[in-house]
Amino acid sequence: MAQAVAVTAPRGGVRQHPAARVLLYAVTRLVALLTAVVVGVYLTILVANMGGYVDQIKRAEIREQVALAVSLNEQMQRLPADVRERVAEQMIRNEERRLGLDRPFLSRSVGYLRDALLLRLGFAERMTSDTGSRLVRQIILDRLPATLLLFLSAQLLLFFASVAAALALSRRYGSPADRLVVALAPTSAAPAWFYGIFLILVFAAGLRWLPFGGMVDAPPPEGKLAYAASVLKHMVLPLASLALSSIFLSVYAWRTFFLIFSSEDYVELARAKGLPGRLVERRYILRPALPTILTSFALGLIGAWTGAIVLETVFNWPGLGRALYQAVGLYDTPVIVGSTILYAYLLAVTVFALDIVYAVVDPRVKVGLGGER
Amino acid sequence: MRGTLRELVRYPSAVAGLAILAFLVAISVYAVVAIPYAEAVRLWSGGEAVWPRNPRNARPEWLNWLWGGRLPRTLVVHSPQAPARERDLGGGVRELQFDLPFEYRYRRFPTELAVFVYADYREQAPQLDLSWRTPTGSELHLADLSPRRQDVYRLSADAELRRNLGGAPEQTLFSAAGRPGEAVPGRYTLRVRAFLFEPGSSVRVELVVYGEVHGLAGTDHLRRDLLLPLLWGTPIALAFGLLAAVGSSLSTLLIAAVGAWYGGWVDGLIQRITEVNLILPGLPILIMIGTLYSRSLWVILGAVILLGIFGGGIKTYRALFLQVKEAPYVEAARAYGVGNLRMVAVYLVPRAIPVLLPQFVTLIPGFVFLEATLALLGLGDPVLPTWGKVIEDAYRAGALYVGHAYWVLEPAFLLMLSGLAFTLLGFALDRVFNPRLREL
Repeated sequence: MAQAVAVTAPRGGVRQHPAARVLLYAVTRLVALLTAVVVGVYLTILVANMGGYVDQIKRAEIREQVALAVSLNEQMQRLPADVRERVAEQMIRNEERRLGLDRPFLSRSVGYLRDALLLRLGFAERMTSDTGSRLVRQIILDRLPATLLLFLSAQLLLFFASVAAALALSRRYGSPADRLVVALAPTSAAPAWFYGIFLILVFAAGLRWLPFGGMVDAPPPEGKLAYAASVLKHMVLPLASLALSSIFLSVYAWRTFFLIFSSEDYVELARAKGLPGRLVERRYILRPALPTILTSFALGLIGAWTGAIVLETVFNWPGLGRALYQAVGLYDTPVIVGSTILYAYLLAVTVFALDIVYAVVDPRVKVGLGGER
Repeated sequence: MRGTLRELVRYPSAVAGLAILAFLVAISVYAVVAIPYAEAVRLWSGGEAVWPRNPRNARPEWLNWLWGGRLPRTLVVHSPQAPARERDLGGGVRELQFDLPFEYRYRRFPTELAVFVYADYREQAPQLDLSWRTPTGSELHLADLSPRRQDVYRLSADAELRRNLGGAPEQTLFSAAGRPGEAVPGRYTLRVRAFLFEPGSSVRVELVVYGEVHGLAGTDHLRRDLLLPLLWGTPIALAFGLLAAVGSSLSTLLIAAVGAWYGGWVDGLIQRITEVNLILPGLPILIMIGTLYSRSLWVILGAVILLGIFGGGIKTYRALFLQVKEAPYVEAARAYGVGNLRMVAVYLVPRAIPVLLPQFVTLIPGFVFLEATLALLGLGDPVLPTWGKVIEDAYRAGALYVGHAYWVLEPAFLLMLSGLAFTLLGFALDRVFNPRLREL
């Protein structure tokens, strides 16, 4: 995370060129984050396979399928019992070898890890994409747009709305509006799905104004405009529940943050100089707060992914979160690992980018490796 | 400590939070004392067998205040001790007649009708003949039964009766000829004629006219009284939230202190583990644990704590401890030879309490809601009655779609209440301990 950037002075007296220092720092961070990704993904693979127990489930399934196939096959039934037994055993062994179950789990898990890290996501075991493909990549790509549409628009709307509102409130704190926001901040203790249920109850079940869930009317309306309108109508409730669950707390947090900044001496000085309020806000408050704002925006964007699982399930939104939830229910490890690795990479790239942006943008951050070790 | 408390009660939000908390704790204590754990689990997982006389999906009784008492309550009519008429038909056969009269005062129909029969016999079961008298005096035959020792005859589920009456029995039996839409208030009677074939045998009958309201909280689709999970959900939610918050925040604090004090590779290792933990998708892992390993609430609690130990809080505490480490009093302590462990436990950790306490309190609602979240995904504890389970049941049974609002709103209200209590308290604590926020 961005706070990981140590604020300690560089060790020793050796003066390096700033660019070299930033580069060295970048490389260290990259190595550290990649290690974290590798370990994190491997742990996920272990958990998703129940440390190898899923293999036993698969073995039992193969045995059952073979037994069924043998009992339904008339030619097999004509064979003597011991020959039939042997053939069945052979079939089981073939199937196990086909799925790689003849090798111990640990050696295979390393293979899984390699494939995952190289984004060779492989085939799903039970789930299929909308087009009927078993490619995990296809399944994820199918669902990704829906999740992006909902959460990207929610994050953008919420972020800019709350920063703008917070700035407005920080200008006149203590006003009734400000007090109201402070008083309402605790409502953010509840997650988005919680408000979603209320909204469904009121606007879908009670007033019948908006749909219960899904992404588009069934059957989908003809024409691009009608389709977009239908999607928009379906987005209202999920967006509103996301907004309700976080807007007050985030306005409150930003407002407090801006207030702390605006009580700095240099802001007082700028005001005393008689600079116009807007200018002071832009140059003296927003500018130094920029790294924090960026961090919170980027991490919020990725963090929203976790909340997607429940919200998409409640609203029947055909996104990645619901796919992941279905995958867990179906013991479909390739899909679980696939979406996890996607998440891990996205997170690692964002954190890395933020670290670098911090090191470059914020002059106060002294890139010191001493505190990092 | 006392000073803190005195300062705390100056904040109305803190007082409100504490009051709600006290209320919730009182409910918890009452629940645990009044309904022992094993009993709660039995009642909750027993389903219909435990609550045969409760109506399905009944609303809470206090809704009748808003409805002007129009929602019918459940009526249970017992057969009288002595039969109205007793005849000896010869050959050891006796005929008993019971009348089960009751006053129906509502214009709305009951939701179901059932007759519970308790027969005592050795070999040959008695024969029952049920008939129905309306307030106008007309009488019609309902059914002939030969019940087992304990039997339920559900009129509403009898397809033949429904065909004969030309509609749902609980409606046609209560409506007058010209007005099918509403019930006719008045005195109804269930007449039971029982033929007993053994000298010592006896029979007892109970008519249940299921209403639309039940108890303080209503019932769910399995006739379970919702008061049970609402009451018992309170201690479970509080315990889960508190334990998870204590477990993860205390261990986080300790680890951050150890890392900051020892520095070097220990610190580095802790930092790396924190990064790995950041990459791990928390909720998916909990879902996997719930699906693949165990859905027990306490296993999930353990996993939540484990995932929380190396959470983002470590960075905040570490930064704090790095400052504290340079403080003169630490240097003094080091000078007179305080050991490493003692240093961490006695000199460093207590300094973080002001930062820890508000954070810790604001963490709790997150965990309380996490339990509900997991339950909503179908990963709630299979035996424990929790708020989340109620919401899940309601959600799965389509309460949102058919308008059983009470079913969702009651647990949701309690969840919200407990969430609010902790956040209100946490916000106030934050202001007390971090004076810089106070004037803002």
